[in-house]
Amino acid sequence: MLDERPTAAELVAAVAEFLEKKATPQLDAATAFHAKVAVNVLRIVERELAQGAGVDAAERTRLGALLGHDGELAALNAELCEQIARGDIATDNAALRAHLLQSALARMAVDSPKYPSLKNAPSP
Amino acid sequence: MATKVDHDSVIRVLGDALPAPLTVTRIASLTGGASAETCAVDVTDGRGQAHALILRRSAGEGSDGFNPGVGKREEAQTQGAGARHGVPAAAVLAVFEQDATLGNGYVMQRLEGEAIARKLLRDERYAVARTRLVDDCARALAAIHRVPLADLPVLPELTAAKQLDQLEAMHKAFGQRIPAFSLAFRWLRERLPPERPLALVHGDFRTGNLLVGDDGLVAVLDWELVHLGDPLEDLGWFCVPAWRFGSDLPAGGFGSREALIAAYERESGTRVDPAEVHFWEVFGTLRWGVICQFQSFAHLNGIARSVERAAIGRRVTEVELDLLLLLDHHL
Repeated sequence: MLDERPTAAELVAAVAEFLEKKATPQLDAATAFHAKVAVNVLRIVERELAQGAGVDAAERTRLGALLGHDGELAALNAELCEQIARGDIATDNAALRAHLLQSALARMAVDSPKYPSLKNAPSP
Repeated sequence: MATKVDHDSVIRVLGDALPAPLTVTRIASLTGGASAETCAVDVTDGRGQAHALILRRSAGEGSDGFNPGVGKREEAQTQGAGARHGVPAAAVLAVFEQDATLGNGYVMQRLEGEAIARKLLRDERYAVARTRLVDDCARALAAIHRVPLADLPVLPELTAAKQLDQLEAMHKAFGQRIPAFSLAFRWLRERLPPERPLALVHGDFRTGNLLVGDDGLVAVLDWELVHLGDPLEDLGWFCVPAWRFGSDLPAGGFGSREALIAAYERESGTRVDPAEVHFWEVFGTLRWGVICQFQSFAHLNGIARSVERAAIGRRVTEVELDLLLLLDHHL
């Protein structure tokens, strides 16, 4: 991340604000709908810029503990997928379930923080 | 779409379905899906009788639909058979194939009602309908599953095992590894439901594909994913979180699973194991997740660039959460 102002997150926020407040009212209904989607996408990017590194680091630490070794996040996730598919880790393994729930909740805070199912999630 | 629906082609594909000579008084394009285009058509027949019709035709080559579905002929014949056997569905007047202007499609009666999920789930106007929809849907499902196979065209046979194989192959082809999806695939493989006699399955029975009036269900729409398989697939798909549109009620956003299963048992005269409906709800949720991947990779691979398709890729996380909650019965 560059040591500059505005920060990347502040730039993204500026574009989202422009789309929402200035551009959208000038658009026809169909294009305005897509502009609304575009604003939502920019809000995801804003949240990812703020939280992404922490979410990834925590997921990687948990994966390392679960698999018994360190590695790149994508490689660790691929290895976990293989272990689940082969049955090396049981589908009802409590540590596995807890890790997956924590990962899903952390990424939901970035991707879809108002999703209705969130209120049904047990606290991890 | 290369060509537009015009008066002459409508009269041509209607053939002798209505008394000649026919006059087309209105053609209005309605919002179409990815794989079909739908038009409202008003026709006056030779006796001066007015007919409110729907013309539905294949969107043609290059369809970006997740599932190609059956052909328009099979779709029309199945819907027509359903309508004749007590399913609330529009009667089919004419089927056409390789028409020079319109390609493949069919013409059906136009029924009055609302299909937009958020209106059905929130508007005061549908308060009475909402109290009846679980029973109405259970009755419609039981009627679909009772349609004699002898009255149906040749349809694909899609067992749970076969669908699971297809879905996993599609998921793996995207190359994105998602442990919650791997967990769901493995969990489903360990719980394949017992084989039972094949029945007609609608394949996309959900809020959004139901036409509803003030008094309840008017018609079941969108028969393009019909197949032969396990009837409980339809009950599970109906309960998938994506079709609740913000409502807390699992059965289409209108009711509880228990109410749906009880009504379905009453209407079908069969016993239902809730664990098997749960299997299909988990399967359907995973299927929705792979559909989200499919949509976003259509964007990423340059097949259909759009910000909407890009955005849907991040909805995969919602499905991961839903799968984990569903496996533990928290949803």
